[in-house]
Amino acid sequence: MINKIVSNTAEAVADIFDGATIMISGFGEAGSPVELIHALVDQGARNLTVVSNNAGSGHVGLAALIENRQVGKIICSFPRTSISVVFPELYRNGEIELELVPQGTLAERIRAGGSGIPAFYTRTSVNTQLAENKELRSFNNKEYVLEKAIVADFALVKCHEADKYGNLIYNKTARNFGPVMCMAAKTTIVQARKIIEVGEIDPECVVTPGIFVHRVVEISNPADESKLVAEERRYPWK
Amino acid sequence: MEIKEKLGWSVNEMAQNVARDIQDGAYVNLGIGMPELVAGFIPEGREVIYHTENGLLGMGAVAVPGTEDPELVNAGKKYVTAIPGAAYFHHADSFAMIRGGHIDICVLGAYQVSEEGDLANWSTGVVDAIPAVGGAMDLVAGVETIFVITKHCTKNGDPKIVKKCTYPLTGKNVVSSIYSDLAIIDVIDKRLVVRELAPGVSFEILQQQTGATLHKSKLSE
Repeated sequence: MINKIVSNTAEAVADIFDGATIMISGFGEAGSPVELIHALVDQGARNLTVVSNNAGSGHVGLAALIENRQVGKIICSFPRTSISVVFPELYRNGEIELELVPQGTLAERIRAGGSGIPAFYTRTSVNTQLAENKELRSFNNKEYVLEKAIVADFALVKCHEADKYGNLIYNKTARNFGPVMCMAAKTTIVQARKIIEVGEIDPECVVTPGIFVHRVVEISNPADESKLVAEERRYPWK
Repeated sequence: MEIKEKLGWSVNEMAQNVARDIQDGAYVNLGIGMPELVAGFIPEGREVIYHTENGLLGMGAVAVPGTEDPELVNAGKKYVTAIPGAAYFHHADSFAMIRGGHIDICVLGAYQVSEEGDLANWSTGVVDAIPAVGGAMDLVAGVETIFVITKHCTKNGDPKIVKKCTYPLTGKNVVSSIYSDLAIIDVIDKRLVVRELAPGVSFEILQQQTGATLHKSKLSE
C-alpha cells in the first residue's frame, strides 16, 4: 500500500548521507522548508552540495545549515541579501564554494535534470563571465551556451497541502522552485502545512503529481523565517 | 561641471517617461528599485499585466501594512498583492515566460550602458563582493524590449553611459532605450540616438555628461 507520510522530520531526513547533493526549495523565505533544514542540522550530514536560489538569512534555516559547516558547495543564483551574514563570511574565508547560475538557467537545469535531459542550449549569459569555459553553438545565427542539467540525491521542499500519495499543492509565490526540485531528486522529502485525504485535491488542480514525491511530513505551523531573523534567533535553539 | 539636481527630470518624472512608452495590454517585468516606480505612472486607459519572476503574473500593489503574506512576495522579496485574474506558477514556467520571449517589456536599472546597448547591472566586479546575478541575465536575453531607467551619472559624477562597459556584462546589445534624468536615448543600430532632452538640458551639456558618442534625432533638434 502506498503511504508516503512519515511521522516526523528527523525520520524524514535520517538517511541523508555525507557528500549528498540536496536541492532546497524557496525564494528567500517563501517556500523554504525551515523545519526540514533544521532536522538536517540535527542529523549532521556534512560536505553537502546545496542547490538553492539563495543562501539563507540570519542564523536560521539554510543559513544555520551553512553556519554549522555542513555545506561544502552551494549552487545558487543570488547568495546575497541584506540580512545574509553567514554565507558571505564563509565565502570570503574560502570555506564554501559557490557556483553562480542565472536564476532561469538554474530553474531550467533542474527541470532538465528531472526530465532526463542531460543539457540544453540557452541565450542567457552569452557574452558574459558566466558563460566562460562553456560550449557555445549557433542556431539561426544566434549564439547559445550549453548548460548541463542538475540532479540531486535529495530535495527538501515546502508545500501547502499534500496527500499520502504525495500529490502536492503550493501557496502563492511559495511554489517557486518546489515543483522542479521534486522532479530532479532521487528522494524528495516534502513538508506540508496540512496532510489531506486522497481525493481531496481536484486532479485538475494537482501541481506536483505524487510520482515525484517520496516522503511527506506534516508541519502545521511552519516557522516564519523573517520573524526568526528579526528576533535574531539562532538554530540550534539556545 | 555646473550640472546639478535642479536640471533634468526627477525620479518620478523618469518613471513617468518610461510608463508613457508602455503600450496597452503589455506584459511587463519591472526590476527591483527605481523600475518599480513605473507601475504608478501608467497612463489612464491602459491595462498592463506585471510579471514577477519568482512566480506571479498579475502582480498588484505592495501589501498594505498588516496584510503582508510571507508567501506572496515579488522578486525583491517585498510583500505584494495579486490582482483578480492573477496566476501563480513555478520557476521554470516563470522563466519560460522570460526566456521564451513572452514578456513584452522589461525595465531595469544599470551600473553602465555602452554605446552599442550592452548592459552591466549585476556586478561591479569588486574582488571582495559576493557575486549574485538573480534573473538579470535571463531578462536581457529573453525580453525583446529592455528599458533602462537610471541616473545619467554616478554619485561621483562619472558617466554611466559609456563607450564600453568596464563592469561585467549582463548582456550584449540588449538595451532598447535609456531613460535618465537628463534625456531619453534610444539604441538604434548600435548608436545612441537622443530622442528627448530634459528641461534645461542642451545636447552639448548631455554629451559632456556622457562617456559615449551621442547622435541627434529629428525629434531632439
